[in-house]
Amino acid sequence: MKRGALLIPLSLIIAIVVSALAVVRTKHENRGLVTELEGLRSDRERLDMEWAQLQLEEATLANNNRVERIARNQLGMTEPNDYVIVEDKP
Amino acid sequence: MKARRLAPAPAPAPVGGWRRGFVLGVMALGACVVFGRAFQLEVIDQDFLAAEGSKRSIRDVTIPAHRGAIVDRRGEPLALSAPVESLWAVPQALLDAPRYVDAVAKLLGRQPDELRKFLQARADRKFVYISDPLSPGEAKRVLSLGAPGVFSDPSYARYYPAGEVAGQVVGFCGRDGTGLEGIEKAQESVLAGKQGSRRVIRDRAGHIVEDNLKFVEAQSGEDVQLTIDLRIQYLAYRELKEAVAEHKAKGGTIVIADSATGDILAIASQPGFNPNNPGERKPPGTRNRAITDLYEPGSTAKPLLVAQALELGLFQPTSTIDTTPGWFKVGALTVRDDHPGGVMDLAKILAKSSNVGAAKIGLTLGPEAVWAGLQRFGIAEPLYTAFPGEANSVLRHYSQWGEIATATASYGYGWSLNALHEVRAYSALANDGLMPHLRLIKNAPPVPPQRAISARTAREVREMLETVVAPGGSATRAAIQGYKVAGKTGTARKLSDNGVYDANRHMALFVGMVPAENPRLVGLVIIDEPSDGRYYGGLAAAPVFASVMQGAARLLQISPEGTHTPDLAPPSLPRAVGGPTMVKVNARTTR
Repeated sequence: MKRGALLIPLSLIIAIVVSALAVVRTKHENRGLVTELEGLRSDRERLDMEWAQLQLEEATLANNNRVERIARNQLGMTEPNDYVIVEDKP
Repeated sequence: MKARRLAPAPAPAPVGGWRRGFVLGVMALGACVVFGRAFQLEVIDQDFLAAEGSKRSIRDVTIPAHRGAIVDRRGEPLALSAPVESLWAVPQALLDAPRYVDAVAKLLGRQPDELRKFLQARADRKFVYISDPLSPGEAKRVLSLGAPGVFSDPSYARYYPAGEVAGQVVGFCGRDGTGLEGIEKAQESVLAGKQGSRRVIRDRAGHIVEDNLKFVEAQSGEDVQLTIDLRIQYLAYRELKEAVAEHKAKGGTIVIADSATGDILAIASQPGFNPNNPGERKPPGTRNRAITDLYEPGSTAKPLLVAQALELGLFQPTSTIDTTPGWFKVGALTVRDDHPGGVMDLAKILAKSSNVGAAKIGLTLGPEAVWAGLQRFGIAEPLYTAFPGEANSVLRHYSQWGEIATATASYGYGWSLNALHEVRAYSALANDGLMPHLRLIKNAPPVPPQRAISARTAREVREMLETVVAPGGSATRAAIQGYKVAGKTGTARKLSDNGVYDANRHMALFVGMVPAENPRLVGLVIIDEPSDGRYYGGLAAAPVFASVMQGAARLLQISPEGTHTPDLAPPSLPRAVGGPTMVKVNARTTR
């Protein structure tokens, strides 16, 4: 038997083992990435929530009714009645 | 011991051939059973078993779609979705830990005894809500008690930061999150978005171990931008509410529009409701009277008649009409003036709001011309606002009009319209004869204005309408310091239930424009059934118009001559809620 005849099956076997290990590794990495993706998605959800709540809070604080009440009662402001609009004619 | 000869070992009996056959048979049978079972599992029951297997590990997880926001023209939110948590409990589990019941009740603001009774009544159930939707923070506080059998359910709730001020325009959503009224309903398809889903494999503990089987991304709903300016809307709503209370009226309506573009800047009615409070969500508060209610315009129709008379060339601004003695008979009908004025020109007929003068003009023009004049101003044309419940005007064909109908139609009775029709008609007067298409949705595709009357006629009528507000006119209270105002009052009697005009029930109207020479804003105020004696349009409605328009002109920086026309919409920040990409503010109209 020639020595060369063993070479091909042997290298194929090594290749199979290597690729099998690679599959295991990829699978493992995939799981890790899936978990990370999961975490990022829930982060996004949480940030969306926070954004919606901040918008709501801003709108509540800037509510015209509230602003008017504070301006009139606490700060003693009134609507401007004596004003002149100056026109900047070209 | 004598050796005995052992008996010779018996010759082995020949092994029966059947034993071999038997063993082989048993083994063959076993093989058959194994193969048969394998065949059954792999081929016959394969679909069922694969499905059962998937059922235990593969899950379709829905990804909720975020509902778009509704914002005003400057980007202020009018309706927002925010996440909430609804707490639920397994009653028996919670009852078994009595000391937690008190703590949970305290955090939820309920009486411990009441909560205990509530749970005991439902002890045989496995699921019962124990709170209204709470903010995530509050829910977390309750959950951190670690009470057994208490869980939370995340969902979205809709909030309306503007509250009752914009309640009737924006509308509201039901518990399931679909729009039931107003813009929420009209723009449902734009706002709603599409739920996404992903297919995952979970292990026994519920962790997701594989996640690339199938993925449909959730599509967030788009934002809808309205033409409403919340500042003006607030001002209009506040003044209207005050006036309705002051005059002990049944209701009221106010509409402010940009006369050039047809953008509706404010639209409000009374009585109102707070959309954040589900208990208040019922008629009549939820009705947007400006769009859903019809009324007879009364004297506010006279300028439209005068415009038609001028347009046809049958009358000139200088033409005079003799209205002495302040009443005249058309068949069985007696037309009366409240303030007889003798011989009057057209401007004075409008300023004094003479019914006799208007009826005489109408009879001179004839039914067809009066009818065609109203058609010019789009009275019989739908508004196409896409708002739910938009009322169509009622205008009979002129061939059905007798002399009486022609005379009454001339001063605004016998036909009806909704408030937006009237605003649109007056926008044509304000906009030099070009009648704009009224819009509520900012990014709706623009519809070109249509020519109602010539620019000259529009200017002539506007000049006449200035005399209404000038000293000696019927609406001196509509005057705004620093600005010239053109407008028309109306005091329309309402039909009683038996079909006769009721002398004690009125609608006080005022419709006008600012600044008179070069109008930018058109406004209509209606006070429905003022019951404090001051039921004239000039007394009940005109002051509301003046204070709202003064504020609006200041907010929009409209110069007294109207020559300076700043952009009404300063650039606003795009609002993006949900989704990895910016949500485009691009509202499609659904017609």
